[in-house]
Amino acid sequence: MSETREVPLHAVAHARAGDKGNRSNISLIPYDAALYPLLAAQVTEARVLALFAHRGATRCTRYDLPELQAFNFVIDDVLEGGVNGSLNLDGHGKTQSFRLLSLTVTIPA
Amino acid sequence: MTFLVGNGGGFSGDRVDAPIPVVRSLMARGLPAAMFFETLGERTVALAQLERRRDPELGYEPMLERLLEPILADCFRARIPILGNFGAANPPAAARLVARLALRLGLPDLKIAVVGGDDVMGSIALDQLPVHEADGSIDTKSARLVAANAYIGAEPLVEALRLGADVVVAGRTSDPALAIAPLVHHFGWSFEDWEKLAVGAACGHLLECGSQVTGGVFWDPGFKDIPDPANIGFPIAEVTAEGGLIITKPEDTGGIVDLRTIKEQLLYELHDPAHYITPDVVLDISGCHVEQLGKDRVAIHGLRGHPRPETLKVTASFEGSWLGEGEVSVAGPNALARARATADVLLRRLEMRQLGVRARVDLIGVASVLDSDDGALWRGYEGPEPPEVRIRLAAEGADRDNVDQAAREVLAMLCCGTAGTGGARWRLTPRILTRSYLVLRERVPTSVMVRSAREMVG
Repeated sequence: MSETREVPLHAVAHARAGDKGNRSNISLIPYDAALYPLLAAQVTEARVLALFAHRGATRCTRYDLPELQAFNFVIDDVLEGGVNGSLNLDGHGKTQSFRLLSLTVTIPA
Repeated sequence: MTFLVGNGGGFSGDRVDAPIPVVRSLMARGLPAAMFFETLGERTVALAQLERRRDPELGYEPMLERLLEPILADCFRARIPILGNFGAANPPAAARLVARLALRLGLPDLKIAVVGGDDVMGSIALDQLPVHEADGSIDTKSARLVAANAYIGAEPLVEALRLGADVVVAGRTSDPALAIAPLVHHFGWSFEDWEKLAVGAACGHLLECGSQVTGGVFWDPGFKDIPDPANIGFPIAEVTAEGGLIITKPEDTGGIVDLRTIKEQLLYELHDPAHYITPDVVLDISGCHVEQLGKDRVAIHGLRGHPRPETLKVTASFEGSWLGEGEVSVAGPNALARARATADVLLRRLEMRQLGVRARVDLIGVASVLDSDDGALWRGYEGPEPPEVRIRLAAEGADRDNVDQAAREVLAMLCCGTAGTGGARWRLTPRILTRSYLVLRERVPTSVMVRSAREMVG
């Protein structure tokens, strides 16, 4: 059995967050395309939804773009009202991409 | 034959010197070209409408003169039309400003188009329209309407270019329309050629946020480094009649265009990648791929387009509640305990005074932007002692005075607070609430008026 190690997504991928109302979308893009299947298996909708549970997120949908080697996560009700109603300094949720990048994945050592 | 589209600004508040190297690059390359500016966020038009109420000659992009002055003469002489939604809530006044600027620069024959029709506040009854995007916080029965604007498409912008406009001043348009229009005008693409319009929409989508595709919002020191981030070059697209699309930037600038910047911006603010709805075409990037052709040059392949929707999006803005914010700092030994105590006392004070506001406390430096309204992250924080913490209270409510009083509780902590509390700031701001509707496009007639600078203000 080969060796593995646990790393934050930030070590192997990059991301960008955008908003529409109370919904956030966060892209996730591996630096190395060879990691695309591994991220597809480990960065599931359920794990991402759980990451944003403290903010009341109700649903997470992952769109896979294999040609682009990228994922798009759409997370509902995560922006505490969005720029319309949020008391958060970052009502647009632009910083949330780095919450996603703090999630850990297990990669070959 | 290649046509170049340059972007000179991606939001109201962008770097005002950004257009200069873009125009210099377009001129040096000598190909037919256009420049566009996207300066209108979802709320910007409502804030501009409030500005216009105060002064009928205001209500457009406040940096407009600063943005255009260094490039206007060059663009006019090189026949590079400039398009922008910088007219905001008052395109005619913005056009007069451009005309005065043109006269001052010795360009009396510069032709300026005013595109109208997006402002539907007086013409469409919103309560009879299907709601597109909303949240439960808006009671539109009692809220006072500030602005209602339709996201119009590229057709009136093309008409303005056809009439010879050197500067096209619009209010609310779809962002991609600002790039689609000069392409349709130059190549003579049909408004039913969905594959070509998809290329135009992707071009607009990639360029509309300016530096976000050339290294802005991207750089992450040590992980995603970019050259000279103080001087990021804004993007230029190379588009061919057949629908080829390449993104690049001026050579003498910082920033970077590579597969990573392109992928991040392609997916920015997208939900279903197969259905990115614009007034002119539904863009589908689900099968697209990207190719690095050289330094700072990336081609986008495999874009698809589907027929445009029958409806346009109308975003209405309402006067909302009040937002009060206050901040103080603590630092040095035991800062975290003092910050936590300050947070608890602030919330207790709001309760004691029965101010009836919704409130939240952040411990900036421990957890704030990633936290929730109940402070789940900072309350559960077990990490190392932070060297400094800034405590922020945010309160919202319908009653201005109560919200103001809530924010001032932070100020009072200067004397009543923990040892070594300092650096208080507080402010009160009105909130703008938005709600989006769908309206049949034929209910939004547009208009185009073109005049020379001399005719407009001479």
